[in-house]
Amino acid sequence: MIQYLKVKSLPPELWQWRTKIEQVARDEGLDFFDTIFEVLSYDKMNEIAAYGGFPTRYPHWRWGMNYEQFSKSYAYGLSKIYELVINTDPCYAYLLEGNDMVDQKLVMAHVFGHCDFFKNNFWFSPTDRKMIDTMANHATRVRRYQDLYGVNTVEEFIDVCLSLENLIDLHRPYIRRHPPNSERLKLDDLPDELIGDVDEVPRLKAKEYMEDFVNPEDYLEAQRRKRKKEAEQQKRFPLRPERDVLLFLMEHAPLTRWQRNVIGVIRTEAYYFAPQAMTKIMNEGWASYWHTHIMTRHILADSEIIDYADRHSGTTVMQRGRINPYKIGLELFRHIEDRWNKGRFGREYEECDDMAERAHWDLNLGLGREKIFEVRKHHNDLTFLDEFLTPEFCAEQKLFTFEHNPKANEWQIASRQFEDIKKKLLQQLTNLGQPIIEVEDANFENRSELLLKHVHDGVDLDDTYAHDTLANLYKLWKRPVHVWTRKDDKEVLISHDGKKASERKL
Amino acid sequence: MGRIRQDHSRFRQIVRGKIRRNLKKYISRGELLGKQGKDLVSIPLPQIETPRFRFGQKNSGGVGQGDGEPGDSLGQGDQQPGAGEAGQGEGQKALEVDVTLDELADILGEELELPNIQPRGEKQVVTERDRYSGIRPVGPESLRHFKRTYKRALLRTIASGQYRWDDPVVLPTREDMRYRSWKTITSPQSNAVVIYMMDVSGSMGDEQKEIVRIESFWINAWLRRQYKGIETRYIVHDATAREVDEHTFFHTRESGGTMISSAYRLCAQMIKDDYSPSDWNIYPFHFSDGDNWSVDDTAACIRLLREIIVPASNQFSYGQVESPYGSGQFIKDIREHFPVGSPDCNVVCSEIKDRDAIVGSIKEFLGAGR
Repeated sequence: MIQYLKVKSLPPELWQWRTKIEQVARDEGLDFFDTIFEVLSYDKMNEIAAYGGFPTRYPHWRWGMNYEQFSKSYAYGLSKIYELVINTDPCYAYLLEGNDMVDQKLVMAHVFGHCDFFKNNFWFSPTDRKMIDTMANHATRVRRYQDLYGVNTVEEFIDVCLSLENLIDLHRPYIRRHPPNSERLKLDDLPDELIGDVDEVPRLKAKEYMEDFVNPEDYLEAQRRKRKKEAEQQKRFPLRPERDVLLFLMEHAPLTRWQRNVIGVIRTEAYYFAPQAMTKIMNEGWASYWHTHIMTRHILADSEIIDYADRHSGTTVMQRGRINPYKIGLELFRHIEDRWNKGRFGREYEECDDMAERAHWDLNLGLGREKIFEVRKHHNDLTFLDEFLTPEFCAEQKLFTFEHNPKANEWQIASRQFEDIKKKLLQQLTNLGQPIIEVEDANFENRSELLLKHVHDGVDLDDTYAHDTLANLYKLWKRPVHVWTRKDDKEVLISHDGKKASERKL
Repeated sequence: MGRIRQDHSRFRQIVRGKIRRNLKKYISRGELLGKQGKDLVSIPLPQIETPRFRFGQKNSGGVGQGDGEPGDSLGQGDQQPGAGEAGQGEGQKALEVDVTLDELADILGEELELPNIQPRGEKQVVTERDRYSGIRPVGPESLRHFKRTYKRALLRTIASGQYRWDDPVVLPTREDMRYRSWKTITSPQSNAVVIYMMDVSGSMGDEQKEIVRIESFWINAWLRRQYKGIETRYIVHDATAREVDEHTFFHTRESGGTMISSAYRLCAQMIKDDYSPSDWNIYPFHFSDGDNWSVDDTAACIRLLREIIVPASNQFSYGQVESPYGSGQFIKDIREHFPVGSPDCNVVCSEIKDRDAIVGSIKEFLGAGR
């Protein structure tokens, strides 16, 4: 798969260090799939990073755009991609050629932290570890469609789908939302080729090239119409608001088979990457925790300490204006370890009011290491911060909230209160900081119009973006589309009829 | 360079398309002028973003780290501080893309459907140079190539077995001798000159000058693309004319009456002195608000144009910017005396009301293919 890259296998010195670091990591209790390191030039690194780590992805200009940005960043000395690691079995990790030995050792230790996280964190458990192959299959499929239907057609369709890429149900892989229905095809049971072809119509099993003969389109169409009539007689469609909008469109929008397949591709990839977005702070914190531990306790030579300190402080620098996930994650893990070592948890500690006693509380339990291993197993960013963020931590880390002051047209520090900080953080992390959109009614006003609902939690939608996104949604649904939301505390319906957007108050 | 090349070039194609479609906006807003690097122009492209459902700016804000008290400022403006993340996510920032001036000129040509300039046969000036890059077996002794000669002699001596290791002596014979020879290299010389003339009397304000600046940028880009290289000369005038450099041309603040004939006289003198029409493609451009001093002066202008300037030029172009003080009479006079529209006429007039009219004006000037 990756053979086309002219990669160097690790030079002997790096290989020695890699073996040593891996041994140290495993001795400390880290548990990960086999990891394959490769050294790449900056150009190849930018190329692979542009693809999100998977050079076998479907062809699209967005990778070209990423590549341009990374290359420019590098050329102007603004940023360098130090490490790249992907969540697969075996893990692939890339080192930048030309980095000095301290950097490479740091990166390798950091990578092992990531690999352990990928393997053990619960939120990654349903991810496809053979994603490289899956991506390659996706790419082949897209290319075939390009051959059959034209490059521009396919590209424009992908552009439309990307607009809706974030409309997935983040919790779907982990819970069962609908009661098990033996007739409803479960996506995970289907072989790869059929995933894009989900209808609620029973069909005879057939090889893909025989599809049209065994399950001819007009038979399927007749079945679909029958089902639709049945569904119309039901009270609502969908019965419950559906958060996996992409799946809904795949199943119910008037699309050709290849279009359904393409949505399927984009949806699968979106679900694959979702856990990484959900655990960014924890993952980086965990990897940083381990690279510091491994490097400072086991690997660093005396001569390398200063370079290491320089590099490490660079990754964990605090910038005003946003939180650094490396810094926050690292510090929070250390904070938890410290607390569980000293027994600063549980009812007695919570109920203790005396500040001095709290500050000196130390039961010498030594449970810290065990606790953080447990934490990395169960939590995602949201639960991590919800459970372990404390006022002491916020004060130590000098956290604050900021807001926009329209009068002065500037951003200002708003509060250092623990409750405000926690609320803001949790709000930003909910649904990856994106609005929650559900399919509310697919037969709105009994005119087959699509109604989405924005589950409002205090922040309004951006108007222009909403209009443009609805325009794209129309291209799929082919009938007017609407989204219900609130604006300035009033209910509002934003609509698009294929030609232009409109809003009306309700 | 692997798979990325295809996607990358597809991206550049799309960028080019977007620049084309928004060219009119860029031109009228004069956005590109400030961002020129050495050969690259930097163009901001916010429209490359994929639209998605997202939160608006109001009520957003976020959490940060560091020192400061409530009320302290973190930064001005609408852009969220520290927005965007490095790493495997994609940036959603407004993209700045670099485009070469040549590419830009091509896009301009495509969008405005400008015809390529027809080359005028006699005016292809080429310079010839001799470069001593060849070798031949005969020649004058002054052009003897020692190393090659010696090499051949050595080869011959060794091949015939006459070479003595302990007493190496190599004697070149007549057949061994090699001499430098030359090749004539022709290089086309820049043979187009643009003479910009601008009225800087009191009636031309900053806004008008900015319009002239924008137009001249695009005209230069286009002509530079069409010819291998161009020369530019700048003349400013109010009641008298003088030649200046580019910076002064755009920033000078004169005030005074307007006698256009002074500029034309200077232009004619320039042509006579430096630019022989048989060797040069001449493009005079004159920008003014059309308010000339007197009818007599206008008559003198027309005479100068008819007798000297217009016959010598590929095309004489007059752009009249609208000014609250000018009467706008001059363009009528030119149009009267040089019937624009007849195919022989190489005089082009254009009125430029405001920034948005720049695009149309460029098309008029360059649309004739001269």
